[in-house]
Amino acid sequence: MLHVAREKENYFSADQLFATSREDKGPQWLIQLREKAGEHYSQTDFPSTHDEEWKYTNVAPILKVPYRQCFELDLQNLAPDSIIPLGFEELSGSQLVFVNGLFVSELSNLSSLPGEITAGNIGEVSGGSSRIVRDHLGVYADYHDHAFTALNTALAGDGAFIYVPKGKVVETPIHILFISRADEPVASHPRILVVADEGSILTIIESYISLGDQVYFTNAVAEVFAGRGSVITHYRMQEESVRAFHIATTEVFQESDSNYTSYAISLGGEISRHDLNIVLSGEHIETTINGLYVVDGKQHVDNHTVLDHLHPHCRSQQLYKGILDGKSRAVFNGKVFVREGALLTDAHQLNKNLLLSNEATVNTKPQLEIFADDVKCAHGATVGQLEDEELFYLASRGIPPERARALLTYGFAEDVISKIKLRSVRERLDRKVLDKLHQSLEVG
Amino acid sequence: MLEIRNLHAAVNGKEILKGLDLSVKGGEIHAVMGPNGSGKSTLAKVLAGHPDYQVTQGEVIYLGKNMLEMEPDERAREGFFLAFQYPIEIPGVSNANFLRMAYNEKAKYEGRDELDPLEFDDLIRERIKIVEMEASFINRSVNEGFSGGEKKRNEILQMAVLDPKLAVLDETDSGLDIDALRIVANGINKLAKKDNAIILVTHYQRLLNYIEPHFVHVLFRGQIAKSGGKELAMELENKGYDWIKTAGTKS
Repeated sequence: MLHVAREKENYFSADQLFATSREDKGPQWLIQLREKAGEHYSQTDFPSTHDEEWKYTNVAPILKVPYRQCFELDLQNLAPDSIIPLGFEELSGSQLVFVNGLFVSELSNLSSLPGEITAGNIGEVSGGSSRIVRDHLGVYADYHDHAFTALNTALAGDGAFIYVPKGKVVETPIHILFISRADEPVASHPRILVVADEGSILTIIESYISLGDQVYFTNAVAEVFAGRGSVITHYRMQEESVRAFHIATTEVFQESDSNYTSYAISLGGEISRHDLNIVLSGEHIETTINGLYVVDGKQHVDNHTVLDHLHPHCRSQQLYKGILDGKSRAVFNGKVFVREGALLTDAHQLNKNLLLSNEATVNTKPQLEIFADDVKCAHGATVGQLEDEELFYLASRGIPPERARALLTYGFAEDVISKIKLRSVRERLDRKVLDKLHQSLEVG
Repeated sequence: MLEIRNLHAAVNGKEILKGLDLSVKGGEIHAVMGPNGSGKSTLAKVLAGHPDYQVTQGEVIYLGKNMLEMEPDERAREGFFLAFQYPIEIPGVSNANFLRMAYNEKAKYEGRDELDPLEFDDLIRERIKIVEMEASFINRSVNEGFSGGEKKRNEILQMAVLDPKLAVLDETDSGLDIDALRIVANGINKLAKKDNAIILVTHYQRLLNYIEPHFVHVLFRGQIAKSGGKELAMELENKGYDWIKTAGTKS
């Protein structure tokens, strides 16, 4: 049904895409990886709604748009000052900036980072770093998974690479900022590779922002390797325009004793989808994944998560919350696998949705598949409206209905937001969520 | 202050209040007692304007106005307060934000200045002493994870912040241990003033060991079956509600 996407004129036509790409740049192994992914891409259809994992998310509208791929930087009207509001004040010295998928060294600044840390453009790594990239890139995000990952891999060029060596603590969070801006629809395929070696500590913020309200397409793939005993906090803030299309996969591989915490925030996008797949490949691993999506109008947001428990004594906690207004739709599919031998697994998964409109829809499917004995697992999902008893309680204190609704809705989101330890991220999110709810609650 | 005449009210089509009369003046403390199912909580909910309760007959005049025509939030801004029997938990909303919003809505309504977070913090730290709660309660989500006693104390804290003219305390004593009962009762006594009125709705006489009411009313089958002074509560304690059931008639 999606064969239209294979027509020559179309942006997604393999011949055209790869003929003009920068395939010839980079080391031999990367060229080979791109070629293999490209080959696979040319033979694979995009997922359709007949595909169980894409049942509720129809990507056809994304594929119809005649995008343009950016190969050259256009920094017109993009002075360093103009991007300051997009970043975080205290992180101005640890920021990697990409515009339409291309790395912009003029806007990036890594002066706050300690010397032992490698952070920069994947496309420009050299020396010892290139070996690390080769050992990890494409290892966790398999291009066989689906056409979008294959496409991203086939076009792999610029992207963010962060390497923290053994035992190093990076006190300053690193902000990876992807900006989309153009007068015509552009497509970009951001790539992120984070490698945290044994015992290291790292916080990253990955954010997607658009300047203007043009239709465009972001197809992102992030790979995170959490070495033995490492601690990673990963904020993912999708703040695209409501006309944007956003498809993304995050693949996390955790070794023993590591601790990975994620916050996946989705506010923008006409159609947005985020797959977060985590392999708990060791013992005594801690994994906490939090999600928040706030959508309205005709927005469609889809979160798919997989937590794969392979070994004993690991713990995973998941809380994804969503607020839906207008005719928006949210999809949640969360799988927790407890494999044979993953004894004493402690897994908790919860998806809660708040509907502010009668026309909003939620399709939620928490799934638990247990193949081991002696485990503690719980999962659940709720879809509901604001409770009458809560509204009455607030009214009985003199708070008018409109304000009461706003306060309760904000409280629903705050449950996730208040867990965020980074103050600047928390405050920005508070503001964004309130904006999105068209409220100006004076909270502090 | 409050004049209830021939009040009939129903919930889910079932009539619970069947012609209730009650008159409360400023400075008075009234106790409304009665067996389970007599209509005590219905009276409290009807006065607060709960949407599930329909008034089918009668009138309620509060400060010279028809209270039944006012929305619940309007009643609150006019100085009416209900301490809930089962306070609601509101995850994600701090006590401070919740109470400041309530306080400022009332201040705005009365034409007083609204308080900013810092000014409000001073106020709430002062008032929280009345219920002997730790300051950390201010920043916790409203009632979330509170014990039964903490929830009831939090209701009295809200009363202390909002400074109502007429407060109805619905079974505020139920489920409290002796320390919590003493703290809650002390708090209520501190908040009882010359110009405000309090209605204690309770099943048991024990709260009245700490708070001395001017009037005691016994509610039975949706009507006030008997009214008297505090000695009526003692009589109920000794004879039980069966005595009212057999006596049966209005005094």
